[in-house]
Amino acid sequence: MGICLPNPGEAHINGVIVPEEKAYEEAAKQFLMAKVPTLFPGPLVLWAWNEKAAKKATAIRHLYNTLKECVQPGQTPMLIPMPDYRPKYPKINPEVEINPNHPNLTIWHNKIDCCMFIGVHCHQANLSLKIIRGGTSCYTIAMCAQAGHEDAMLSFRDASVEKIMKLADAVKRLKGSVKPRLTSAKHGA
Amino acid sequence: MADTHSVIGTKNKKGQTFTDTWKMMNEAPRTPSFYTGSEVIKEALRRASCDVMIAYPITPQSEAAALIGELFAEGYIGDYFRGESEFAVMSQCAGAAFGGARVFTTTAGPGTMRAMENFPMWSGARLPIQMIVTCRGINSPLSIQPDTLEISYLLNTGMLVWHAETAQDFFDWILKGYMVSEEPDVHLPLALCCDGFFVTHTKDVVNLTPADMCLPPYDPYRSPVPCMDMECPPVRMMRDPFVMKSNYISYATHASWQQEVWAAVERSRKHTIRWINGLIETENADAEVLIVASGTAVSQGREAIRLLEDEGIRCGLVKIKVLRPWPGEEIREATKNAKHIIVPEFNVTGWLAKEIRATIPNSERVNAGPRVCGGMTMPPEIIVSEIKNLLGMRTMSLAGRGS
Repeated sequence: MGICLPNPGEAHINGVIVPEEKAYEEAAKQFLMAKVPTLFPGPLVLWAWNEKAAKKATAIRHLYNTLKECVQPGQTPMLIPMPDYRPKYPKINPEVEINPNHPNLTIWHNKIDCCMFIGVHCHQANLSLKIIRGGTSCYTIAMCAQAGHEDAMLSFRDASVEKIMKLADAVKRLKGSVKPRLTSAKHGA
Repeated sequence: MADTHSVIGTKNKKGQTFTDTWKMMNEAPRTPSFYTGSEVIKEALRRASCDVMIAYPITPQSEAAALIGELFAEGYIGDYFRGESEFAVMSQCAGAAFGGARVFTTTAGPGTMRAMENFPMWSGARLPIQMIVTCRGINSPLSIQPDTLEISYLLNTGMLVWHAETAQDFFDWILKGYMVSEEPDVHLPLALCCDGFFVTHTKDVVNLTPADMCLPPYDPYRSPVPCMDMECPPVRMMRDPFVMKSNYISYATHASWQQEVWAAVERSRKHTIRWINGLIETENADAEVLIVASGTAVSQGREAIRLLEDEGIRCGLVKIKVLRPWPGEEIREATKNAKHIIVPEFNVTGWLAKEIRATIPNSERVNAGPRVCGGMTMPPEIIVSEIKNLLGMRTMSLAGRGS
């Protein structure tokens, strides 16, 4: 705990503050390397509670479609919502959702080796990211609307429609230039 | 995330202009005013765009709580009422903050202790409530006199803890405190402490910002947790099942939750340094003898330094403004050349000296005292005497020396 979060215009990769441009490249590379690159949209973008949220949701769908277009055979991009923060112990359906208190179940079940959080309230995001980091080898990315997340391995801040589209552009640009991993995430730490 | 429009430049119902806080605190003209600390709390609140203040009388914060009632009557506070006890007050503060309000309260001594269960709950729920603590004795037999022991109980609650020396600190930090507390990567309660009576009941010249300017309102859409609503009540985050289960994932959730609260305390460091210009202040930190203190012990230290200078003894000062997050790096750097570190305190246990000893190398340099408690004043002469004793100089024996 306690890394310094990025200032506006910056991002962090493994705790090192970098210009945002560098983070787009790295995030796109991680997506294209992963066997199961996955987007986890949260409640702030799953419902059209304001115009901006609806536009972001459209941009996320575009990013997901871009991933599907740009990956190679054997890679399986996924879009799994994180709609509800209430615990649903002992069972969630990891096929259709991620529970912030049991995110490892969804990661393990789907063999997710790279994921991005977006539209998740910061506290819940950090909580889930910590558990994912502690219990899986999944590469975590946060597209945060606020100040960023030290518990993600790569974090943007001040997320906007433009930034999501920029990330999709970076994925498109790097299509075919990144060698995918052959295996998916290990089940344990 | 919300489609919000900036209110900066618009007026509230009292005709105050919502003003960029940085400009209001750092660029707006200031008017010197001669006020008690309690009156200063009122004047800060007048400018704080506070939604809810909940009060309960306990000396020495009662006057401030009553004065804020006057502000409510004047229309500056959204809502104001008296709780049934301090425990009730702090629970009611939580309810108001869960609902998305900017919340303020004041307490002291036994009131702080009675309400203690709520403070880790505030932190865990990420509620940016501001609580003024006008420190007084907590012991039996009952004492209403100044004593800072209660601060030590707050240090591990997950709250931000600041310790004001003067009424000017108080005025500025109440307003700036909201700016730090409400950052989405922080979003934690702030215990803004002062030494009761010494600050609350004495008059001082305080430079006030214009009364027709006020803070922008709290924006609950930046909260790191969902606001309370009937679809997703936050209490559901904490109830059965994961709370009550004995299994690995339940423990992992709790562990992550606690780590996240303390990570947020750490993240406040960056914002706090920007707003109050560092977690500590130093004067002559290259001196071999350093007084390291917080609260009004700093003021007594300044006076002791002046007396020592008259005798040709050079002594430096480290004023600790912020106790959580703990300014460990800053203190290590400031004390690296000191041979003697004097820690005067207004409490019997010397909690600040213990924190400093745990922070610096060669901790035998720390002299845990002089300490006074139970309402005793700390004449600068006893600090002078302590320092001269350490330096092997003969001094007259003084009653009331600690340690």
